[in-house]
Amino acid sequence: MTDAPETPDAPAPDVLAYELTINGRSHSVPSAWLGESLLYVLRERLGLPGSKNACDQGECGSCSIQLDGDLVCSCCVLAADAVDADVRTVEGVASYSGRGGGAAEDELSDVQQAFLDEGAVQCGFCIPGLIVSVHHLLDREPDADELTVREAISGNLCRCTGYGRILQAIATVQERRSGAGTPGAPAVGGGS
Amino acid sequence: MSISRPTDLDGALSALAERPDAHVLAGGTDLVVEVNLGHRRPDAIVAIRRVAELREHRLDDTHLELGATVTYGTVERELVDAAPGLAMAARTVGSPQIRNAGTIGGNLGTASPAGDTLPWLAALDAEVVLVSAAEGERVLPLAEYITGPKRTARRPDELIRAVRVPRVAGPQHVAKIGPRNAMVIAVASLAIVVDTDHRRVRVGLGSVGPVPVRPTAAEDLASDALDWDALTCDEDAMTRFAAACADASTPIDDHRSTAEYRRHAVGVLAARSLRRCLT
Amino acid sequence: MSTTTAPPGARGDVRDGIGRTVDRPDGTPKVSGGFAFSSDLHHDGMLWGRTLRSPHPHARIVSIDTTKAAAMPGVACVLTADDVPGEPNFGLEHHDQPVFARDVVRFHGEAIAAVAAEHPEQALRAVQAIEVEYEVLEPLTDPEAAIDADPIHPDGNLFRHLPLRHGDPDATGEVTVEGTYEVGMQDQAFLGPESGMAIPTEDGGVELLISTQWLHVDHGQVAACLGLPEDKVHLTLAGVGGAFGAREDVSLQVHVCLLALATGRPVKIQYSREESFHGHVHRHPARMWFRHTANRDGDLVKLEARLLLDGGAYTSTSPAVLANAVCFAGGPYVFPNAVIDGWAVRTNNPPCGAMRGFGVVQVCFGHEAQMDKLADALGMDPVELRLRNAMAPGSPLLTGQIITGTAPVREVIEACIAHPHPDDPSEDGPPMALPGGAGLTAERGDVRRGTGIAVSIKNLMYSEGFDDYSTARARLELGPDGVPFATIRCAAAEVGQGFVTLAQQIARSELHVQRVELDPADTSIGSAGSTSASRQTWMSGGAVQLACRAVREVLLARAAEREGEPVTGSRRVRFDLRGHEVVDLDTGVAVPVADLLAAGPIDETREHHHAPTDPLDEDGQGNAHVSFAFAAHRATVDVDPDLGLVRVVQIATGQDVGKALNPRAVTGQIEGGIAQGLGLAVMEEIVVDDGHIRNPSFTDYLIPTALDMPPVAQTLIEQPEPGAPFGAKGVGEPPTISSTPAIVAAIRAATGKDITRVPVRPQDICL
Repeated sequence: MTDAPETPDAPAPDVLAYELTINGRSHSVPSAWLGESLLYVLRERLGLPGSKNACDQGECGSCSIQLDGDLVCSCCVLAADAVDADVRTVEGVASYSGRGGGAAEDELSDVQQAFLDEGAVQCGFCIPGLIVSVHHLLDREPDADELTVREAISGNLCRCTGYGRILQAIATVQERRSGAGTPGAPAVGGGS
Repeated sequence: MSISRPTDLDGALSALAERPDAHVLAGGTDLVVEVNLGHRRPDAIVAIRRVAELREHRLDDTHLELGATVTYGTVERELVDAAPGLAMAARTVGSPQIRNAGTIGGNLGTASPAGDTLPWLAALDAEVVLVSAAEGERVLPLAEYITGPKRTARRPDELIRAVRVPRVAGPQHVAKIGPRNAMVIAVASLAIVVDTDHRRVRVGLGSVGPVPVRPTAAEDLASDALDWDALTCDEDAMTRFAAACADASTPIDDHRSTAEYRRHAVGVLAARSLRRCLT
Repeated sequence: MSTTTAPPGARGDVRDGIGRTVDRPDGTPKVSGGFAFSSDLHHDGMLWGRTLRSPHPHARIVSIDTTKAAAMPGVACVLTADDVPGEPNFGLEHHDQPVFARDVVRFHGEAIAAVAAEHPEQALRAVQAIEVEYEVLEPLTDPEAAIDADPIHPDGNLFRHLPLRHGDPDATGEVTVEGTYEVGMQDQAFLGPESGMAIPTEDGGVELLISTQWLHVDHGQVAACLGLPEDKVHLTLAGVGGAFGAREDVSLQVHVCLLALATGRPVKIQYSREESFHGHVHRHPARMWFRHTANRDGDLVKLEARLLLDGGAYTSTSPAVLANAVCFAGGPYVFPNAVIDGWAVRTNNPPCGAMRGFGVVQVCFGHEAQMDKLADALGMDPVELRLRNAMAPGSPLLTGQIITGTAPVREVIEACIAHPHPDDPSEDGPPMALPGGAGLTAERGDVRRGTGIAVSIKNLMYSEGFDDYSTARARLELGPDGVPFATIRCAAAEVGQGFVTLAQQIARSELHVQRVELDPADTSIGSAGSTSASRQTWMSGGAVQLACRAVREVLLARAAEREGEPVTGSRRVRFDLRGHEVVDLDTGVAVPVADLLAAGPIDETREHHHAPTDPLDEDGQGNAHVSFAFAAHRATVDVDPDLGLVRVVQIATGQDVGKALNPRAVTGQIEGGIAQGLGLAVMEEIVVDDGHIRNPSFTDYLIPTALDMPPVAQTLIEQPEPGAPFGAKGVGEPPTISSTPAIVAAIRAATGKDITRVPVRPQDICL
């Protein structure tokens, strides 16, 4: 990561054309530079800026997406290599999330709603990535205990909240998904 | 400018033979980051995530073979029994997002002194299987494969196909130090395998030298001192083992830590890890 | 656990007024990805800007050749110092920082040139193609040496020397303790890197969409540097991804406007994380010496301190940061006598300025370590020593100023320590929960637990005679549905803290309307001051309240007129807004607000100034501050003494909030502030080596993850502050201030090590 920059004389010609499938829809990228990350293409070429650009090196989770069902950082995915992959971003989370997700795009998923209900949002820059990560977690481990939850979101940095309300929101989703009864092992947020 | 997206190994090798200047792209957690930061500007890329045979791991009676694009996430979830130390190491890599993308071949390809799986691979005398269209396969011991910090013996037309380690019985542990409880580059790390098949204590050290360190004198000392039937070791030998591990390290001062701390930490990790492996 | 008692909400059937836990108006777009942060801005035909920065901390610029860069594909323009038409320098307090370095660079990362190109990659390549010949100079990096060294700037190396003499400087006592303490350079590390877009306007001016903390202070600096009258430069707040002080200073504002004006096209600049670390000010590193003198019974007699803040290459807010450090060097305790000297100096290190806590964070680390040391020397319980000397209403500060408002120091301490301690560590607990986390470095037996406490005082709003004010406009009108609604306009920067929610709450409570719209924050209205110094709830909240009350007065006047009453005089008491009607209290006649608005909207703008303050005199004495907030923190930590790794297990806190206007939002501020205090305690530091930043990335500048931040047990102490709108004190800064020393005290308790520096590095504990 400390390599000297290569010679800067080469231009950045727009030579590549490819198709991407984002949230179930096909998008064509008619002319792009090879070096563009999926995050860049989502934000700057496809008008999907929900995935955020905070570090460009996989150290903050703000750009989290699901790639063929795997939670990854879209800044570490080469856009031109994401052809034929199923890419899911925060913009599609309400319509694809299995539990509690509404069909309509303007509806909120249960995770999004809980983030609002528990005051988990301050500046909000980390929130889209967290929403994607929390869906990924709870769809696979609905009864994740607190430490599991903390580890699962440890790649999503938040600078405003100290995570307390975020953990509370996740616990609330778990409670709501498990119905009126108490969940097996709910995550417990910090707080009063 | 080109990207090739082969779906099988032959396709990947011929793509690489055509463009030996191509950068090999697997999980992207190193290469794409370097492109983002302007440190690398590839004209050609061979993207290997579609190559099914590279994604597989195979276990037989004697060996574990991991395809180059097996992710840390897969190791962490699926190899807890077969390779417990490697699973522990994999779980310390970056974040869940990075572990879902990053690959064992990528750790080997980048060959950073802080590569999290490398101490365990070193401890087990792993072999790196390289393959090219022109010359087929060649197998290099890890110690010959990694030639320096971020330097390897891989030729530009070669692909890392797999890494192979012997299956050995006995307890293992991997410990990694960072000043944060998750998502951190190793300040120092240690892998230990108490190989009861060969009655050999095997150790690998990370982030304390330009390449993964095998503290062979310490291994000899512990292997001799261990009561292999009871799996015990007296405190004095344990202390000497720890000191020998620390002595084998050649750490540096940098923005992440100091040489003095790293050497000290290796000693502490050595004693603790061996103790954890014993009864 | 909280002592919060929700006060009644708005009158009538209006929901979500003051005192309620209320949802953010920007919450839904923020969770769905639709909220437009400044980095999300896009404009057809826009160019990408990029800055060339100095690789050297100190060098003479021999020559700059942009020919090659300007000829590169996609490049629209390349600008240097020669292209700045207006003032060559900018700065918050003193204009001493060049827009682009001309003859000399004074810090690693200083801007030298800027490029606009069609694609960000082309902009990057063009920046790398600019040829700069440097004559590298020896950097001045030792702040102590800076005071007497040859000046590295025409304005000299001393930003401010502030002496404070209080009481009898020769007073003596029976017990003294002294210590030297050091604070490393912390970064605000907000998640959304600096970004903004400039769009040229037809009148030759420019529209700037920008994430900032203070639109109007940017506005003045930008217009001056562009050489444009202020009315040709218009700023609108774009979505802000956190701030914490780092957005008070100008970063890319002038550059992006210059590029837009030069090319006649919209230009966007978005810093990379690395550039962000170079492109904004940091928390001042500090070296501090303290000597505390007390009598045997534990009464404090005298404070002596010498404080040195490294301000880096340019002034920024160094003088004000220093004033805070000096004024609050003793913490929330009464000292009859004090002798303090503080210096803020210029070096070739990265510039430092505002960060949450603003000068108080540094001294709190020192004075709380000293209080523990003193308690130890006296053989006294550290909590008892603090309670014995705690400030209270009527207490004097070190500046001689008497606290006329609330000062619940005893209360915050008692509430903090009343929280139950966390459970003892269990033998079979998950190893992931131990120090070292996922690294599996420790077992239970390797770990020792410790507990520590710390208490803080923080001034709210601007001090030292600054005319601090905010402006707000309230408009009340009928909606198309015939239902009255309000619109609030205020330039207060929403940076995540929730002012937008509060503005709606205030309007609901004051005007009894459910629907409250918020106009964009921009420079078409007067200044709101900065979103800093824990001031917006008080200052802009107060301005919104005043504007709403002015609207209400007009409403009552309309009702009075309708009743044939004169508009002046007794109507104030005779008419009142009750629910959705204005009621004549004498006659009982009620007129619906909707009817009164038939005559047209009511639109009022008001400024809110806080009580005036005085400058400090030559002895550092005077009524320089407005109001004070207090907090206590108790930290419980698990430490692995042999490896020096730390896991914070719990933070308990009592915090003086005056009145919680949105209790859940207060909790969010407390938890978030503590996380930044934890970061400074155990992991966060910009490593500067011979003037070079060695870790400008999230790989190496570590901020706490969810596995580092413990649960927080909190109690809000609600004693309404006289003179404060709704009795509320700002809540953002105190959590960051005393959490750091509490954690370090707990590490000392667990290890027996005399730790005098933050962040505490593993080697500080185990070597």
